[in-house]
Parts: sequence; structure tokens; C-alpha cells
Amino acid sequence: MDMIEIVQQLEAENMIYILTVFILAIFVGNEIISKVPHTLHTPLMSGSNAISGIAVVGAIIATKAGGGLGTWFGLIAVIFATVNVVGGFMVTDRMLKMFKRK
Amino acid sequence: MEYTNIAYVFAAILFILGIKRLSSPKTARSGNTVASMGMLIAIVATLVSFDLLDFQTIAIGMIIGTIIGAFFAIKVEMTQMPQMVAIFNGFGGGASALVAAAEYLNPANPSTFNSATIAISVFVGTLTFTGSFIAFGKLQGFVSGRPIVFTGQKLLNALIAISLVSLGTFSVIGGETDSYFYGLVALSALIGITLTIPIGGADMPVVISLLNSYSGVAAAATGFVLMNNGLIIAGALVGASGLILTKIMCKGMNRSLANVIFGAVGLTQDTPSGDEKQIQVKSASTEEVAMILESAEKIIIVPGYGLAVAQAQHALREVADFLEKMGKKVLYAIHPVAGRMPGHMNVLLAEANVPYEQLLDLEQVNPEFKTCDVAIVLGANDVVNPAARHDTSSPIYGMPILDVDKAKTVLVNKRTMNPGFAGIQNELFGFDNTLMVFGDAKAVLLDLHKDLKEL
Repeated sequence: MDMIEIVQQLEAENMIYILTVFILAIFVGNEIISKVPHTLHTPLMSGSNAISGIAVVGAIIATKAGGGLGTWFGLIAVIFATVNVVGGFMVTDRMLKMFKRK
Repeated sequence: MEYTNIAYVFAAILFILGIKRLSSPKTARSGNTVASMGMLIAIVATLVSFDLLDFQTIAIGMIIGTIIGAFFAIKVEMTQMPQMVAIFNGFGGGASALVAAAEYLNPANPSTFNSATIAISVFVGTLTFTGSFIAFGKLQGFVSGRPIVFTGQKLLNALIAISLVSLGTFSVIGGETDSYFYGLVALSALIGITLTIPIGGADMPVVISLLNSYSGVAAAATGFVLMNNGLIIAGALVGASGLILTKIMCKGMNRSLANVIFGAVGLTQDTPSGDEKQIQVKSASTEEVAMILESAEKIIIVPGYGLAVAQAQHALREVADFLEKMGKKVLYAIHPVAGRMPGHMNVLLAEANVPYEQLLDLEQVNPEFKTCDVAIVLGANDVVNPAARHDTSSPIYGMPILDVDKAKTVLVNKRTMNPGFAGIQNELFGFDNTLMVFGDAKAVLLDLHKDLKEL
């Protein structure tokens, strides 16, 4: 096997690995989110909003893309994703604080 | 690098445990904290383990983002939560698209798989971005809440969709030129707009849920671009969450997703067929209502969005507290599509200190109406329209409704006799056991509170 074949095989294995992760995560998500009661659906949405702010990780990595337009994209992406993370978790906490028993 | 991936897995576990704790209001708040810890771990792990990061850019971005995010989170009114979630969906989608675009400009490991995932990520992310801003505009009133339709709209969307597929394919296999890629970005932005403008204001809960799902899918797609399992797992969770909520909302309106997206409901005021008869209604004063309530034992309150518009939640809770002190049993019936997003009414009532145990959803509350003395409908209309059960010609036929008409007496508060969001008359108002109380919800509730005290 020459180098190119080895690289291609590794890539294929990687692809299958992350696809597996993705599909299993969808099943887990389905399972746990179906158990969230109606009453908490708004906090669920704002909370999952915050979680989709995980793009901040990609944004951080994108800033190293090495100057020019790429870095600008990275900066805006960091801003957007941070708004999501900070705003999402904070507003969810603010809402959940209001849910009280008698 | 291995440690980073372990940290991401750990973060994903915390996200899952956090959402799991959302299964009860008792544990929900701690769940949110757990999930935020997961996010912190993911961010710190990324910052310490990648070389050549531009820390200055990152710091500037995070400070600006934190200020904006915190400002929104502290300032937003609970009635405006749908707008906030809409715009945050947009930011999430936008962030994912930008990350993928940055990767396109400087690919770390170019391959067909990489280019394909970049195309998908940019497409979903950009569509989420523009679609969310239109949804935000509609909810906030910047854009007309009415469906915006024109001839050839579906054809236009189909054309855009075909062009998107071709441009996407070319940008993956086409090689040198950037114009395919930029064309893909532009058309993704355009289709986000053209798919959202024909959707009516009443259907916005579905759209927000769907866009919520897309923002997750965009993050997951970006995870494929970067081969990063943290993004993939978190994105998949959010994608699943949005999809489940979309399904619940569609079920609550008895509509298919396709019908919501392409149906443009609420556009025409269904011209009434000639035999439309004027409904004869009986109206009552708050003094009379107070007397009716005095002799009641079990009371179910049906709050609709009109209540929140009138800012009458607190006044309502005071009346309900007073009734409980008089020894009555008071429950709240919450329809799945009450409010402007899933679970919205529950948050609005929680804000007014209504204990969550008193909030019953459709399946829980419907059997209760048979044994209930008085049902009080406040600012709700279509969700209590019995036509949904029997009138096959009604646009809301088949929609699950709250069976308020089964109660001994139904009190309906409305400002005027104007029809509801779906633009249809409500036969409930003419029923023998129905009494109308006209007026602004807040004013009526304040008067009622006074009259109850004076009994």
C-alpha cells in the first residue's frame, strides 16, 4: 500500500466513526428530549440554543485559519456563537428560576 | 489532540445529563448549569489544545458576544422569548456557516468529503441565519405577520432548490473557481427568506422549532467539516430537540409540516359561505361572574396569548389565589400552541408565580372539564372552538382542542367579537352555557377581583 491509499483508508474509517457518533447522538437526543414535559419546552428551546452555540469551538479553531477573510469569519463566528452560549444559558436559568411549586 | 477529544466527550456527557434533568421542573435549573459546565469544558479544552490560535481575535469576539448575549438575556421580556430564540437560532446557524466558510478559504485537510460537508454546513447555516431573521422580524412586527405570497412562488423556490443542488455539486467537484461557492451562499440566504415569508404569524411556533433544529444540524455539519465529535454530538442533540418540538407543534395544530411551510394559512379571510349566521351571544358583567364563581367548586382557567398581550397574568394569578382562598379548586389548561412558541404560556404564568403543578396540558386537562363548574377562557379562541371536532369545512377541523364546552358554565373574555388568528367565527360563544365578558383582560380581572372581595 502506498501512502495515498493509507490516507484514503484512514479517512474512510474516520468518516464511518463520526457518522456512527452522529447517528447514536440523534437516538440519544430523541430519547431524552421526548421525556421533557410540555411545561419546560420554552426553556428546552433556549437551552438547546445555548448548546448549539458549541459552534464556538469551531469558531475558535477557525480564527487560526491564518489572516485575511478567514480570520474575520472566525471573529464574527466567535461573536455569534458566544452570544448564543452566554445568552442562551443565562436566559434559560432566568426562566427556570421562575418555575416554583406551591 | 487525544485529550481534547476526551474533553469533548465529557462535555457531550454533561449536555446529555443536563437535558435529562429537564425532565422535571425540580431538577431543570441544575440541568442547565450542568450543560453550561459542559460548554465551559469544551471551550477551555479547545483553547488549550490547538496551536496557532489567534487569542486576541478570540478574546475580542468572546467579550463582544458575552456583552450582547448577557444584555439580551437580562433585558428580554418573557413575552418576547420567541423573538429571542428566533434570533439566537440565526446566530447559531450563522456561526456554523462562517466556520465552514473559513474552512473553505483555508482547508486543513481537503478532500471530497470535506468539500461536501462544507457545502452542506454553509447551506443549512446560511438558510437558518436568514430564515431566523425573517421569523424574528415577523414576531417583532418589522415584517408583516401575514403570509407574503406571490404567483410563481413555489416555482421560484423549486428553481432556487435546483440551482442550490447544482451549485453545491459544482462547488464540491468543480475545483478552481470560487463563484460556485459564493453562489451557493447567496442562494442559501435567498431560500431562507423565500421559505419563511409565506408562513403566517400563527404558524411561527412551528417555524422557530424547525429553525432550532436546523441550527443544530448546521453545528453537526460543521462538526463533520472539522472532524470534531463535540460539535457533532451537541448538534445532533439540538437537531433532534427541534424536530421533536416541531412535531408536537404540528400535532397541536393538526397540520402537516408541509402544510405549514407551503400552505400560507391565514392569508385569505375564508369568505364566509352565504349561510353564515350571526351568532347570538349572552354577555355578563364582572359582578355576575363573581356570583357564578362563588357557587362554583372546580374552576379551570384557559389562558391564551391575548392574556399575555394584555399583560394580565399577574391580575389573573391574584384572582386565582383569591378563589383558592375561598376554597375552590383552580386549575390551568394549557394548549400546546398557546403562546408564540412551545411551552410559552407556561413560562408566562410561571413568571406570574403560578405554581407549575396547577398547569395541566391538553391530555391531562380534557377529562377534567366534565366535572368542572366553570371554565374561564381568557384571550384564547381557536383552541377552544368546538368546530374543530365536527365541522369538516373549518380550517381548524381536526385540531385537538380544549373541551371547555363540557363545563357547566363557560365564561369567555374577549375584547371584541373579532375572530381569532385563523380568522374564523367561534360557535362556542353562542352556546347556551356560554357567557361573554367583553373588555380588556386585565381590566376585567381587576374588576372581578374587586367584586369577589365585595361578595
